[in-house]
Amino acid sequence: MSLLSVRDLSVKFAMRDNTVTALNQISFDLAKGERLGIVGESGAGKSITGFALMNLLSRPGFIDSGKIMFLGDDIVQMPEAKMRNIRGNKMAMIFQDPMVTLNPVLTIGQQMVETLMAHRKLSKAEAEQIAIVKLREVYIPSPEDRLEQYPHELSGGMRQRIVIAIALLLDPQLIIADEPTTALDVTIQADIMELLLELCQSNKVGLILITHDLGVVSQMTERTLVMYAGRIIEAGRTREIINDPQHPYTQGLINALPQQTKPGQRLKQIPGSMPSLTAIPKGCPFSPRCEFVKDRCHTEAPETVQYANVEVACHEVNRLHTDKAEEIKA
Amino acid sequence: MTTPQPLLEIRNLEKRFELDRGFLETLKFRGGKFVQEKRAVHAVNNISLQVAPGEALCVVGESGCGKSTVARLIAGLLSPSAGEIHYDGQRIDNRSRRTLMPLRKKMQMIFQNPYASLNPRMTIQQALEEPVRYHNPSLSRSELRDKVAEVMRAVGVDPSWSTRYPHEFSGGQRQRIAIARALTVDPEFIIADEPISALDVSIQAQVLNLMLEAKDQRGLTYLFITHDLSVVQHFGTKVAVLYLGSVCELSDTATLFENPKHPYTRALLSAVPQLKDDHPNHIRLRGEIPTPINMPKGCPFESRCAHANSRCSAEQPRPIQQPDGSLVACHAVEEERLDG
Repeated sequence: MSLLSVRDLSVKFAMRDNTVTALNQISFDLAKGERLGIVGESGAGKSITGFALMNLLSRPGFIDSGKIMFLGDDIVQMPEAKMRNIRGNKMAMIFQDPMVTLNPVLTIGQQMVETLMAHRKLSKAEAEQIAIVKLREVYIPSPEDRLEQYPHELSGGMRQRIVIAIALLLDPQLIIADEPTTALDVTIQADIMELLLELCQSNKVGLILITHDLGVVSQMTERTLVMYAGRIIEAGRTREIINDPQHPYTQGLINALPQQTKPGQRLKQIPGSMPSLTAIPKGCPFSPRCEFVKDRCHTEAPETVQYANVEVACHEVNRLHTDKAEEIKA
Repeated sequence: MTTPQPLLEIRNLEKRFELDRGFLETLKFRGGKFVQEKRAVHAVNNISLQVAPGEALCVVGESGCGKSTVARLIAGLLSPSAGEIHYDGQRIDNRSRRTLMPLRKKMQMIFQNPYASLNPRMTIQQALEEPVRYHNPSLSRSELRDKVAEVMRAVGVDPSWSTRYPHEFSGGQRQRIAIARALTVDPEFIIADEPISALDVSIQAQVLNLMLEAKDQRGLTYLFITHDLSVVQHFGTKVAVLYLGSVCELSDTATLFENPKHPYTRALLSAVPQLKDDHPNHIRLRGEIPTPINMPKGCPFESRCAHANSRCSAEQPRPIQQPDGSLVACHAVEEERLDG
């Protein structure tokens, strides 16, 4: 049984006189202990996906249709009381900025004990013991002293470790990490990522890693979803997607990275920018920026098809390949 | 052999920010009595750099290493606590605002956040016109308009949009306009402080291409501040790696990426997540950057370095020229204690 199974999930935002579609019928599965990356640029719907999975969307956003099956139950239909038991307990979330996640007026200890006691019948002393064990797991030096400290007394990397420790407190089966290292320096990022990978592997925790950084996805995840304008446009094994992307957008995204071009040469850029949710182009949302665009791309939304080991939503996947084959022949 | 005269030269530059400003703030109660003590953030410590015409010097480092402070000191937005800045053979750090004016025309700055660097209440035309009018008061209205249109075309923004306001543009377009604003006065030297960090990947490529184009077409010299090493490798001709306000390695870009010498540079390079590498082999650094308030006496990197010994904690390393031309400030490199 898969841990998480999302089917035709649509999220909309109610505007003054109409609704805009932020997520358009996305479907994916996550097996127990699997690590999945969600990549895309700002406005693609990555974070909305994370919030929807936690059933944390607040007005004007709402789940319009679809199912989120988590451990056999549909989260979309779940009453709030039951959901509260899942959130933090079975499923935990890590956000970009640890200073916003942590409460500045409570000590680290208070925040950890509070989480534990909300879900389990424990005495304060027992809860503190568990907190210390978890802090040690994320390599926090002298964890006993940290319990007494406030978030502002710690560095950015240390704070994010504590956020991870809190996420792991109740041994969840799924962690959703939304850009967990974007606010951190590279050397600290490498540290945190290594830690997250190690913890997920040793505790068999499923991970959904939301990021814009293809390098991070490549090193952390087994499977990847590429999102554009609220849709999944390509999905498959991370290796396949990085080494042989099929969708023109994924190809563009990878080719635009400076390391893909010789120093000093012109980078291969994607023209234009991500459409706003209020003005998503008809047909394929990527069509105005696509170099392989055909007439029907402007009118007809592409279905997701299996192609060369990945699932891809593009009318022109075949053509891309015949072109490549011809190039090789010529 | 004659070496070309550097366009920009900074010598032993230092910047301290006083933390305790008033008399009462400097009083500390210690050991039963009041003592007077001033604390300062040592943002930049004894940095010397040269930028030759046509070069693109990238300054890299993590947050708090002083890279933006260096940019602001050179642009004259801050004044140094010690040291000298020379531009085209003239000293510029001790000038008055009035005598700096002709220099500001030659030297322009691009900032990280295009949302903050354009005035929201000015149209693009007004925003782009302002610096031209300021530096060339004799230009007529139509000449001004032509100049603005020319620069807008150069950065790929339709000149017919000049009556719009910044909020009507996307982040990438705004950064192009910010670059256009720097280019309107035909500068020769551009200081860019993380110009693409706030942008999406596909937009980063657009803006980076634009800056490379401007470099080739206008013969610009760049000082490029960034934390992104893949951008450095692509854009820079020379790289200075900063750590806690000091330069730990200064080298040609190709040399630095092929053969990094300083332990910090090595760790930094190994920490970048690679696209196609299955088994990352990153050098783990202990701890985090110490605060620049209580500067260590020895090497600033000593507390996180795996190769540190007693000399490193006692004596600050001087930059030493290596056989391949790079400058490295590290006792371990000097004593050949590092392998490879």
